[in-house]
Amino acid sequence: MMEKKVNAIDVRNVTKIYTSGNAQTKALKNANLTIYDNEFFTLLGPSGCGKTTLLRLIAGFEDITDGSINLFNQEIVNLPPNKRPVNTVFQQYSLFPHLNVYENVAFGLRRLKKDASFVESRTFEVLELVQMKEYANRKPNQLSGGQQQRVALARALAPEPKVLLLDEPLSALDLKLRQAMRFELKTLQRETGITFVFVTHDQEEALTMSDRIAVINEGEIQQIGEPEQIYESPSNKFVANFIGEANLLSGVCKTSGENGVCELDTGHELNLFVPPHIKQNDKVTIFIRPERIKIEKSSKDKSQLRISEFTYLGNAATIQLKSNNQLINVNLPIEDLKIFKKDDYVDLHFPKESAQVID
Amino acid sequence: MQTKNKKRKFRYVWNFPGFGGWTAIFFGFLYIPIFILVCYSFNSSKFAMIWTGFSFRWYAKLFSNDDIQTATINSFIVAFAAAPLATIIATFSALALVRGGEFRFREFSSGLITLPLMVPEIVTAVATLIFFASLGINLGLINVIIAHTVFCIPFAFMPIKAALEAMDPNLELAARDLYSDKTSTFKTITLPLLTPGILSGFMLAFVISIDDFIITLMVAGGGATTLPVYIYSMVKMGVSPEVNAVSSLMLAFSIFIVTLYWFFNRKINN
Repeated sequence: MMEKKVNAIDVRNVTKIYTSGNAQTKALKNANLTIYDNEFFTLLGPSGCGKTTLLRLIAGFEDITDGSINLFNQEIVNLPPNKRPVNTVFQQYSLFPHLNVYENVAFGLRRLKKDASFVESRTFEVLELVQMKEYANRKPNQLSGGQQQRVALARALAPEPKVLLLDEPLSALDLKLRQAMRFELKTLQRETGITFVFVTHDQEEALTMSDRIAVINEGEIQQIGEPEQIYESPSNKFVANFIGEANLLSGVCKTSGENGVCELDTGHELNLFVPPHIKQNDKVTIFIRPERIKIEKSSKDKSQLRISEFTYLGNAATIQLKSNNQLINVNLPIEDLKIFKKDDYVDLHFPKESAQVID
Repeated sequence: MQTKNKKRKFRYVWNFPGFGGWTAIFFGFLYIPIFILVCYSFNSSKFAMIWTGFSFRWYAKLFSNDDIQTATINSFIVAFAAAPLATIIATFSALALVRGGEFRFREFSSGLITLPLMVPEIVTAVATLIFFASLGINLGLINVIIAHTVFCIPFAFMPIKAALEAMDPNLELAARDLYSDKTSTFKTITLPLLTPGILSGFMLAFVISIDDFIITLMVAGGGATTLPVYIYSMVKMGVSPEVNAVSSLMLAFSIFIVTLYWFFNRKINN
């Protein structure tokens, strides 16, 4: 794993402004990121955050306002879409309705003027890869959503693009199919060795499939990292809230530095790393995942924390603790389900390194 | 149970009392005269409204009438020249307005193209007449072709615009993404997908041109008489069974074209 990584896509200071009439919308603000060769890279964010804009800028469907995009160290900003060796899988598949499955998949190869025998062998090879060979003569409207999805994938993979761009390709499928396709996409990426750039608003999708994730909000990249990094140490409140469940608890700094101490408004003291720019008595926000908090039984005179909600989930439970003005969410593991019930008084433990001071 | 039944009774508009009757009267008023006209075109009697027996006599007479034949040929010349011209112009307009991105006066231009649909035809007719007269253009049938081309554009424009708006713009992007340049994208994706819309626009323009009377009457000089104008001049001399026959033929032709139009339209919606 220590081999040198090759940059597939470099996005440098990219800004995109949409102008309609006198109104201007900044869809991307000075975005920077690097996507490595052979990587499954996900752009994750809420709708309207700019993730699709970035994908369309890479594909060449939109003109860039400022900045540069390199593909394997070659500037591509001034190339039209048909001159860029990248292919796109569209959200609504956008298969050509007047062409059959075979002609859809062969389309790119024909435009590249490949010779007839290669077009045929490659088209069937890709159709085989997505298990759609026997549907070659069907028209797109004779296929189910999942099948259309496979054809769209095959069509984009056939010309062997250097990078495959996927614009929320699973969002139109039902849940079961979506989960199966996640696994298939991941396998396909590994088998073909093509760099995938995947756009989604679904954090679970992003966490399960990606090698790395860029979290985007309001046109700005919030954090780039491996799924674990993003989940365990989000760089700000937005990322913490957008990925999974998060407790953001307010408190005061007692000691900063490597072995810092903070006191929560609930009276609990935590040992954690406090960045040096935070001084004593500064107000801080502390991030901790609900499943990291350990609780134990207590009594009314010792603790102010009462279980105000208890939601049974079958294989686990989520509970909400109330104290003064703070709500704390905790996930209970299955073995603790029987121990606690609503209106119990409890006490908290925060395992060291499970909490973090957050901006 | 009682209230439920009552509610159900007025769920559909035809459950309102009297609705069915009015509908029947409406359809009767609309179609019975046409039906009778077609029936009487097969009447052997010399008088238009007295039935004496079945015959093709008036149809035979039509085919030996040189004036009617000239008028029919004129009508077809005009329609086959004006409808394609109008369709081509309408296609380019629709492409510019729907796929041309944002530009100044886009909405306004779109409205301006369809506005003639709402302008009283007699206004257009008189204006066209004055226009030709003041410029001194007097080219017979060509005047009629120019006038028909212009007023058929909005009719051809509507279905083409609708077809283009229904087309997923991502299809063209997908083609561009798959190494297709602008020209080949238009040839391989846009045009084939737009063909049903263009054909239905053409059919509509064709029928409108064939049927037009008011503008043609104003614009057509001597020797440029089309069929509807000729029929009108026949009626002025009294309704002869020949008029019934020629009207029936025109009706049959229009139904044929409208059926084609409907067929292509259904293809767009699929």
